Amino acid sequence: MHLEDLAEKAADFRAEEAHITHEVRVCMAASCQSSGAAPVMTALTEACGDATDHCKVKGVGCMGLCSAGPLVAVADKDADLIHSVLYRDVTPDDAPDILASVGGAPVDRLRCPTDQPFFARQQRVVLENSGIIDPDSFKGYVAVGGYSALVKALSEMTPADVLREVTASGLRGRGGGGYPTGLKWSTVAKMPGDQKYVICNADEGDPGAFMDRAVLESDPHRILEGMAIAAYAVGANKAYIYVRAEYPLAVERLQTAIRKAKRAGFLGSKVADTQFSFEVEIRLGAGAFVCGEETALMASIEGLRGQPRPRPPYPAESGLWGCPTLINNVETFANIAPIIREGGDWLAAIGTEKSKGTKVFALAGKIANTGLIEVPMGTTLRDIIEVIGGGIPDGKAFKAVQTGGPSGGCIPQAHLDIPVDYDSLKTLGTMMGSGGMIVMDETSSMVDVARYFMEFCMTESCGKCVPCRTGTQQMHGLLDKITKARGSHADLALLEELCEVVQATSLCGLGQTAPNPVLSTLRYFRDEYEEKLRGEATP
Amino acid sequence: MPLPVPQPNIRVVTLKIDDQDLSAREDETIIEVCREHKIPVPSLCYLDGLSVWGGCRLCVVEIAGQGRLSAACSTRVAEGMHVHTNTERLQRYRRTIIEMLFAERNHVCSVCVSNGHCELQALGQSCGVDHVRVPYRQTPYPVDSSHESFRLDHNRCILCTRCVRVCDEIEGAHTWDVMGRGSDCLVITDLALPWGESETCTSCGKCVQVCPTGALVKQGTSVGEMVKDQHFLPILARRRHAR
Repeated sequence: MHLEDLAEKAADFRAEEAHITHEVRVCMAASCQSSGAAPVMTALTEACGDATDHCKVKGVGCMGLCSAGPLVAVADKDADLIHSVLYRDVTPDDAPDILASVGGAPVDRLRCPTDQPFFARQQRVVLENSGIIDPDSFKGYVAVGGYSALVKALSEMTPADVLREVTASGLRGRGGGGYPTGLKWSTVAKMPGDQKYVICNADEGDPGAFMDRAVLESDPHRILEGMAIAAYAVGANKAYIYVRAEYPLAVERLQTAIRKAKRAGFLGSKVADTQFSFEVEIRLGAGAFVCGEETALMASIEGLRGQPRPRPPYPAESGLWGCPTLINNVETFANIAPIIREGGDWLAAIGTEKSKGTKVFALAGKIANTGLIEVPMGTTLRDIIEVIGGGIPDGKAFKAVQTGGPSGGCIPQAHLDIPVDYDSLKTLGTMMGSGGMIVMDETSSMVDVARYFMEFCMTESCGKCVPCRTGTQQMHGLLDKITKARGSHADLALLEELCEVVQATSLCGLGQTAPNPVLSTLRYFRDEYEEKLRGEATP
Repeated sequence: MPLPVPQPNIRVVTLKIDDQDLSAREDETIIEVCREHKIPVPSLCYLDGLSVWGGCRLCVVEIAGQGRLSAACSTRVAEGMHVHTNTERLQRYRRTIIEMLFAERNHVCSVCVSNGHCELQALGQSCGVDHVRVPYRQTPYPVDSSHESFRLDHNRCILCTRCVRVCDEIEGAHTWDVMGRGSDCLVITDLALPWGESETCTSCGKCVQVCPTGALVKQGTSVGEMVKDQHFLPILARRRHAR
């Protein structure tokens, strides 16, 4: 298949819906569904009926502003989110009013302005289709240019060309570590061996993070396309998507996407009528956070106990069943199609010197606009929190933002003007992580925050290595004592020492980074610990 | 005439461990070279003849030019490598790890059948653990005496998984495995059946012999009477894997 054939196909799909001039897009991602999007969808579909054949009600993926859900957008057929009329907190009773407003005056009482910074300041690469296309529709994805990157790679590029573009893009792993994606791909490509694997890590487990879920629920074909391109580049023909079972909607949409892509010839043997074959299987995670660690994840796919093993050998050398394996995060794969379509230099022009492209963040906690945003790397934290996020609600003062989940740390007010990228966050004692941002206001106790994350690490420690297994448990005990105002200075000194031991000696990333929330809160909010030691806080 | 057996292409490298110049095959790990040259590197999960586990983290060493510590049991030697096995920092880390092990479960030596023959006890002594600074966890765990010859005391277990590995890799029975997570992990026989009811256990006793503490012992032993003998392991392992 050539690009022209695909373009023809896309034109056909668009022609099928040529009579439709307006779309009523209902967000059917998990967070809007949890606030009642499904009945809204039903009400709108019923009210629309066949009477208005120029208007179509369709379920779409995440539009970002989850705190205002259920969200409904009324748009001209090809308009993006910013150029649509967005309604917030929609109930089924609002359906007739919304339908009546199509093509006319908007319903003011439900209006959610799309020119506000939350939408206007974003730059959507990974989320370009999110909230616009129907995630269950293969035709919808192709109609907006989907699979053109895969067809371009297969028909016009050699695997080396693909590697060159990905390397040129400067893309770094979006799972948190920030390892250069091009380098990882090239390593797997260079490894000898007939059997190689590609794995998509969708075991998103950080508290407060839901970027991967949203991408999978909103644009599942995009991940399949990215993975297929990766497999072509490294010489693999088999892939696994390891997704946590707590994301049933994402799993369902992935399954639908795999089935439809297979039927259309974009998965399976002879992908897009070429000699390239590519199979994808879904593996469900059973709820262990440590299975997001790549060696534990691979053990879990193999049917073994999900626990990490020492590296090296790295998965690129000896991964799944001992074969060279490429393992990337959902968001990393979601960046691939645009890189191939537009060229590596296009992505490299976005972002900072060492961190290219955009990053999706999940805003949560004490912030006005809870939800999902995508901004260029290098956007300052202040912009993200105060401008895009709308600041702290209820007139409270900002205290800290937690990034990187249980592996990350807290950033105080004084450092809000730092441009966000992998390296700047590291200098602040935290990390990019997968992109969760939890905002805390003046009422939050930072010692409590540290204790919460330590409890998380303690219960999620697999128990294989001693420092992580016993160290997290001891550190949690000490933090618990301190939060209850029963701690002494000796306890604090011991806590700091345990942090050092666990960080330096643990086997995998979970243990090595488990002390980070404590260390970073100690670095910026030591006075809060000291205050509790003196017994000034209420128990 | 038989054809010459092709020799695997393995080189010999030279490296420096604690200022000793040594040579080693490049497929050897740091701990293997240390053991060969009687350089003491503490370890509780590593055992010559079993696969590498990398769980106890006591064998961590410093390698010049590398920021992170490396576990000697899971790190291969390399040409020009310079390893420090016993710096002040490593001693401090090891002491802390052993203290945390002592505090995790019930390791009261004076009433233990392995008293005087226990690897955890010996390491505590050699690493200078004269007291435990972290609070004891004091969570009681069951004791399984259902097997006619052996006894399993979870309270003495340090989860090194030597029993799991020897049963799987040498005996070939895979009776043992681990269940649960974190500090509540338990070694189990079959699918957490009482040991005496296990259908796969061959009662060979290898697990008892490789257990570093008093977690797996012979029935009928009293305080200090459980002496373990592990010399069979490297011999059996070499025969089995024909290295």
